[in-house]
Amino acid sequence: MVSLSGNLLYVAFILYLIATVFFAGSIKDKKGKQLEKGPNKWAKIGVFLTILGFVANVGYFITRWIAAGHAPVSNLFEFTTFFGMCLVGAFIIIYFIYKTPVLGVFALPVAILLIAYASMFPKEISPLIPALQSDWLHIHVTTAAAGQAILAISFAAGLIYLVKSLDQTKATKSNFWLEAIMYGLVCTLGFIIMTTVFSSMGYKAEFNYIDKFDQEAQIEYAMPAIIGPNEWELLTDDKFEPLLAMPGIINAKKLNTVIWSIAAGSILYLLLRLVLRKRIGAALQPLTKHINLDLVDEIGYRSVLIGFPVFTLGALVFAMIWAQIAWTRFWGWDPKEVWALITFLFYAAYLHLRLSKGWHGEKSAWLAVIGFIIIMFNLVAVNLVIAGLHSYAG
Amino acid sequence: MNHVKCECGHVNPHGTILCESCGRVLVESEKEKKLVDMRYEGSARRSQTYNKTFIDKIWNFFSSVKVGVWLIVITLVASALGTLLPQEMYIPPVMPASEFYEDQYGWIGKLFYDLGFHNLYSSWWYLILIASIGISLVICSLDRMIPLWRALKAQRVTRHEGFLKRQRVFGVTEVNLDDSSQKIIEKLKAKRYNVREEDGNILAEKGRFSRWGPYVNHIGLIIFLIGGMLRFVPGMYIDEVLWVREGETKLIPETDGEYYLKNNEFILEVYDKDKDNEAFSEAIEKNGMVAKNYQSNVTLYKKIGETVAGQEQELEKVKDEAIQVNQPLKFESFALYQVDYKMDELNQMTFSLSNKQKNETFGELKIDLYNPQDQYDLGNGYSVEIMSYFPDFEFNTEGEPTTKSKVPNNPAFVFKMITPDKQDGEISFVAIQQTIEPFGDNDYKLDFVGIDTLNVSALTVRKDLTLWILAVGGIIFMIGVAQGSYWNHRRIWIRKVNDEVWVAGHTNKNWHGLKRDIELVLEDTGIKEPEDQVQKEEGQE
Ligand code: HEM
Repeated sequence: MVSLSGNLLYVAFILYLIATVFFAGSIKDKKGKQLEKGPNKWAKIGVFLTILGFVANVGYFITRWIAAGHAPVSNLFEFTTFFGMCLVGAFIIIYFIYKTPVLGVFALPVAILLIAYASMFPKEISPLIPALQSDWLHIHVTTAAAGQAILAISFAAGLIYLVKSLDQTKATKSNFWLEAIMYGLVCTLGFIIMTTVFSSMGYKAEFNYIDKFDQEAQIEYAMPAIIGPNEWELLTDDKFEPLLAMPGIINAKKLNTVIWSIAAGSILYLLLRLVLRKRIGAALQPLTKHINLDLVDEIGYRSVLIGFPVFTLGALVFAMIWAQIAWTRFWGWDPKEVWALITFLFYAAYLHLRLSKGWHGEKSAWLAVIGFIIIMFNLVAVNLVIAGLHSYAG
Repeated sequence: MNHVKCECGHVNPHGTILCESCGRVLVESEKEKKLVDMRYEGSARRSQTYNKTFIDKIWNFFSSVKVGVWLIVITLVASALGTLLPQEMYIPPVMPASEFYEDQYGWIGKLFYDLGFHNLYSSWWYLILIASIGISLVICSLDRMIPLWRALKAQRVTRHEGFLKRQRVFGVTEVNLDDSSQKIIEKLKAKRYNVREEDGNILAEKGRFSRWGPYVNHIGLIIFLIGGMLRFVPGMYIDEVLWVREGETKLIPETDGEYYLKNNEFILEVYDKDKDNEAFSEAIEKNGMVAKNYQSNVTLYKKIGETVAGQEQELEKVKDEAIQVNQPLKFESFALYQVDYKMDELNQMTFSLSNKQKNETFGELKIDLYNPQDQYDLGNGYSVEIMSYFPDFEFNTEGEPTTKSKVPNNPAFVFKMITPDKQDGEISFVAIQQTIEPFGDNDYKLDFVGIDTLNVSALTVRKDLTLWILAVGGIIFMIGVAQGSYWNHRRIWIRKVNDEVWVAGHTNKNWHGLKRDIELVLEDTGIKEPEDQVQKEEGQE
C-alpha cells in the first residue's frame, strides 16, 4: 500500500509536468483564437492531463491514509504534498470558471515545485503523538491547506499580470523584483537538485559539536559541509572539512543547506540567462500575450475572495477549536498561530485596499505575490527555523 | 438640517452625491467625472460631510479605511517581529528572562527584551492597537451601513441618464425595447434576478444581501474582540495546574471546595514496532520512542453537606473518567486537561534497623515521603525517630544540609536510633547512597530496603466563560465573510431613451460574471452588448 501510494504520487508529478507543456503549447497556437472560441485542443489535453494527475494525486492521498490509519497531513512531507495537491485542485476549479490556459503555465509549476520540495523531507509514515490524535487535526489542516492553495492561485495570477504588464525593455525596480521572485523559484529548484544529487550519492558526514546549551551533541550532514557546526569535529573519514564554523545558536546544518541551494540556484539562473539572453520575466512574456489583463486581475481577486473565508475557517476557526481541546487554550501566541494571524491580516488589508482604495491591477498583483511569500514563510521558515509547538521539526 | 431635493422629487440627506432614488448626480464636481463612484451608492456619509467638532475629527479618523488598513498593517508587522525570538512563556525556565535573551541571542536578544518584545502580545501598546482596530470597526461600519441601507432601499427603476452613462458597463443601441422586453425579463428571471418594471424600463437586481456581508463580518469581529476582553474580568477565566499523585485525592482549585479529584492511575503508552501498524516501524526505528497515549484514570467527587472545620469531608462520587490529551474531563463549566506527568516519583522508602556486628535485624520502617511520622516504633524497645527530613536534599553554600523543594526528589534524613542498649539513641544521617555518622561509630545502622514509586499527573484546570461569546462572534464573522465573498450584488438597468435603448450594469465585484449575464440576456434581442468603459479606456492608452 505504501509503495502504491508513492508510485501514484510519482505518476501525478509526471502528469503535471506534461500538462504544463501542453498548456504552454496551447498559447503558441494561432493568435487570439482561444479568447473567442474558448480553449483549443492543446489546452483541452492539458486540462485532461491535469485532472488525470489530480486523480492520481488523490489516489496517493487515499492509499496513504489507509496505510497510516490517519490522514496524511501530519509531517512536513505530507503537509506540503497536500498543499501542492490542493493547489492543483484550486487551479482546476478556477480554470473551469475562467477558461484560461495560461494560468496553468504558472500555477502548475508552482504545484510541481511544492511537491518536489516536499519529497526532500523524510517520507516515512509517522505515528501520531497524543496531541495530534484528533479528528480536528484532519479538519483543521486540510481546510487551512485548501485555503492557502486557493490564495496561491492569486499568486499565479499576479505573476501573469506582472509578466505581461511590466515593460521588459527597460531595467526598472518592478522588473528587478519580479526577477527576484523568479530567482527565488529557481533556488527552490536548486535545493531540490542538490538534495537529490547528494542523497543519490549517499553522502553522509557525522560531526561532534557543542550545541546552544553548551552540551556535546552529534549531527549528520547529508551535504558536504561548507559551514560546520560550533566547535565541530568530523567523525566520518574522507569527507569534506567545513570552511567555517557557526556559533551554537545558529543551526549550521540548515544554513549549509541554504548555501548549497543558493549556489546551485545561482548557477542554474546564470545558465538560464545565458541561454535565454534576457530576464526570465521577459522570456515568459510572450506566453501571456493573448490574455486580457483585466481578466487576470479579476482571477487574482476572485481567488482571494474564495480563498480568504476558507483559510480563515481552517487556519483560525478550526485551529482555535482544536487548540482549545488539545492544548487547553484556543490561542497561545505560538509562532505558527501568529503567522496564521499575519496571513489573515494581510489578506484583510488586501481586500480593503482593493475595495476602498482602488488598488487594482499591478498593485493588487504585487500584494498577491507578497501574500504567497507570507504563506510560504509560514510553511518553510516557521516550521524549520522558528520552532514552536507546531514544528514538524526538520 | 438642510436636505437636498432632487429633480425627481426625492429628498436626500445633506451630503448626498447621487440621488438615492433616481441616481442623478447632485454634486457639481462629480458631474465632470466620466464614471460615478458607486462604492456607497453616492450616499451621504457622516465622515464625508462633517468635519468641525472634535468628535467629527475622531469620527473621521476612525472611519477612514486608510487608517484601518494602517492599523492592520502595523499590527501585522508587530506580530511578525514578536515571532523573531521565542516569547517569554516559551523559554526554558533555566534563568530569568532578563538574562536569558542576552545570554542566548547576544545583543539582538537584549534589544528584543529591552523593547518588551518578549511579552509583546500582552503589552499595552499591542493591546491598544487591537482596541483601535475594534473602535475603527465600529465607527466605519456605522458611518457606511446606515446611508447605504437608505440608498439601496430607495432605488427607483428609472434612473437618470447621467447616472447610467457614468456606469462602468454601459451601451446604447438604436432599437425598440418593447419588442424584446418580455424575453429579456424572462431570461433575467431565469438567472434569478429580481426584476422590476416601470414605464417599460427595467431594473434587474440580485444578491443585494451580499452588500451587508462586510458589516455582518465586522459585527462578528467586534463581538469576538469583546469576548477576548472579558477574559480579564475576574471569574470569567481560570487557568490552574493540579498535580495529583496516584492514589491521592485532591481538592480541585477554584471550585469553592466543591469538587475533589482522585487519581487512580496514570498511564503512559508508547508505540510498539511489532504490535502497532507496521507502516510506522520505519519511523519508530529512526526516531526512537514515540508516545502514543498519556492518560489519567480519575474519579471525580463532589462534597456533600456543610464542612465543619477540622472534620473530614463527606464526598460523593460523581463519575469515573479517563482523561487523555484531546479528551478533557468536563463538569459544570470546568474542564480538566491532561498536560504533563512525572513517572516513578519516590513515594515511600523502607529501611530496616540492624546491628552492625551481629547482623541481626529488628524490624522495618516504611516512611511516607510526603508525610513522614516523627517516630516509628519497631517493638521490643526498638524505635527510630526522625530528627530532620530533607525531601530534596543538597548542601548549601555553607556546607549545611538543606532542601531545594518539598518534592522528594532526593530524600535525606537525620535519624535517631533508640535501642534497649542505647537508650539515648545513636544519630545517623542517611541520604541516597550515603550514610554519615556524625558522632563517631554507631553500633546500629539503618539498611535501605526499597522504595515505592508513584506516577504523578499534571492536569490543567480550565474555566473559560468567554468561549461562547467568541464562538458567536466567530460564527457571525464567518457568515459575514461568506455572504460578502461568495455572492455579489449585480444590477442591470435597461431604459428607453427616445428611440434608443440604454443598458448599464453595476456589480460590487466579479465583473466577468456580470458581463456574462448581460451577454446571455441580450442574446438575439438586437440590443448590443454594453461595453466595459474601464477596459475601453485602458485599451486606448
Ligand atoms: C482584522 C480586521 C478586519 C477584517 C478581517 C475585515 C474584513 C473585511 C472583509 C472580509 C470585507 C469585505 C471585503 C470584500 O468583500 O472585498 C471588509 C470590508 C470593509 N471593511 Fe473590513 N475588516 C477588518 C477591519 C476593518 C477596519 C478596521 C475598518 C475600518 C476602517 C474596516 C472597514 C471596512 C470597509 C469600509 C469595508 C467595505 C464595505 C463596503 O464597501 O461595503 N474593516 N472587511
